[in-house]
Amino acid sequence: MKILVPIKRVVDPYAKVRPLADGSGIDLTGQNFAINPFDEIAVEEAARIKERDPSTQVTAISIGGPEVEDQLRKALAMGADESILVESTAEWDSPSVADELAAYLKDNPTDVVIMGKQATDDDNNQVGQMLAAKLGWPQATFASKIELKPGEAVVTRETDTGEETLSLPLPAVITVDLRLNEPRYIALPGIIKARSKPLNKVAPKTSPRLRTCMTGVESPPSRQAGKRVGSVDELLAELKGRGVLNG
Amino acid sequence: MAKALVIAFSSSDAEGAAAFGQALGAPFDILHFGDAPTDLGAGKMISASGDVPADALADGLKAVASGYSHIAAVSSMHSKDVMARLAGLLDAAMVTDVIAIASPTVFKRPIYAGSIIATIEVLAEPVVITFRPAGFAKPTRGGASTTETASLAGSGSTKRVSVSARASGRPDLTQAKFVVSGGRPLRDAQTFEQVIGGLADKLGAAVGATRAAVDSGIAPNECQVGQTGKIVAPDLYIAAGISGSTQHMAGIKDSKVIVAINKDPDAPIFEVADLGLVADLFDAVPEMTQKL
Repeated sequence: MKILVPIKRVVDPYAKVRPLADGSGIDLTGQNFAINPFDEIAVEEAARIKERDPSTQVTAISIGGPEVEDQLRKALAMGADESILVESTAEWDSPSVADELAAYLKDNPTDVVIMGKQATDDDNNQVGQMLAAKLGWPQATFASKIELKPGEAVVTRETDTGEETLSLPLPAVITVDLRLNEPRYIALPGIIKARSKPLNKVAPKTSPRLRTCMTGVESPPSRQAGKRVGSVDELLAELKGRGVLNG
Repeated sequence: MAKALVIAFSSSDAEGAAAFGQALGAPFDILHFGDAPTDLGAGKMISASGDVPADALADGLKAVASGYSHIAAVSSMHSKDVMARLAGLLDAAMVTDVIAIASPTVFKRPIYAGSIIATIEVLAEPVVITFRPAGFAKPTRGGASTTETASLAGSGSTKRVSVSARASGRPDLTQAKFVVSGGRPLRDAQTFEQVIGGLADKLGAAVGATRAAVDSGIAPNECQVGQTGKIVAPDLYIAAGISGSTQHMAGIKDSKVIVAINKDPDAPIFEVADLGLVADLFDAVPEMTQKL
């Protein structure tokens, strides 16, 4: 079984981000970066599948500059067999990333792609589905349980009203949600040890063809702290007074 | 020339679909699953049916979407699953979670869990969009659209093995006028249902929960409100025992009135709540339920 895990380097998801003063982009000064937390769950899932079946081959892949090596090394430390850095300093939107991944997969037969449902920077939730569409593969998004069998993935996924279980013939694309697993903690020595695993650098097979661009950013209107009330009676009176509840 | 197809994946999305269509300022048709009124300002009301996995559904929609510059749907887990696949099939751009329209090719949407609002320019048509109806004015009603039926004949290889939808009998969280939400202090599922569910049922409200409450098994998954859960925009949001993490706040910012009940006077939720009550939720919430 061959598994591909595309990962994205993102600003530390727990850090506060602000627009640049001129509104042209995000102020990245002093920010730390990490594997997108949903992609980290995908790496963890692939690592667990490999632990159960050691014949599994897990490849992590990312597009970017040399700075992404940190995240690709972490994926190796978590259990991936090899990492691939598609070297590019260009800007890639979701359809372009999907095009590049599709081109990679055409040349590198793979049974299943496991990746995060969305990245915590742009919150798009697009690439997995676009990739599946471009390849003509089935998809299961928002996965909370994955069972791989010969030629088949059985995936339980979260829905708006509960959950459902799908059976997908392989190859397939699976995007993962928070409840799938809790990624292992990797201490620094583990990341250094993973330096013996291959991190291959390749040129992109496609050129990004941007179909959208971000032309500006701003802070959202902020909510002001309101009034403190001293009792439930006072709270109900305020709600009725404001017409929120019927008096 | 811009022409939009706005998809209502459920009856409750029909009005939101019209709100988007009218805000776009271009002719639009509405493709609706389930019933929909015919006075929403659409050129055509196109009725469709079919409850199939995303691969077959997106394949079926691709044929219907031909000839439209914009193909949009109300944001939901279902629409993100299907519409992003449709964008892939159409080799199209996609803009997720649109909250405002500057022009037919320029949209605003939240990024970084709602900490930033980005302006996105679409460089190529067609474009696939999901949007949050709370950002748009209620649609003007009137006139009568022509009606037709589309048969979606898509194919896919995914099979649905089982479905477990929890029918709560409460309003849909993303469309509800009132929402009562609870956090981890609710301790267990039974207490959560009794305290939060009790007030919700008195108000006719939907029930929401924090990620922490869902992760610890206190509340069901589909109740999760926040960046990675559902985005709500009720007239009244009551947060009981919720500290107010950035991730949770991303899901409730559009609420008209936020009420916070928390025994920690320094909880961040008080910085954004319209009305704050420093109290033990186990006293205050049942008291509210009783006095309403």
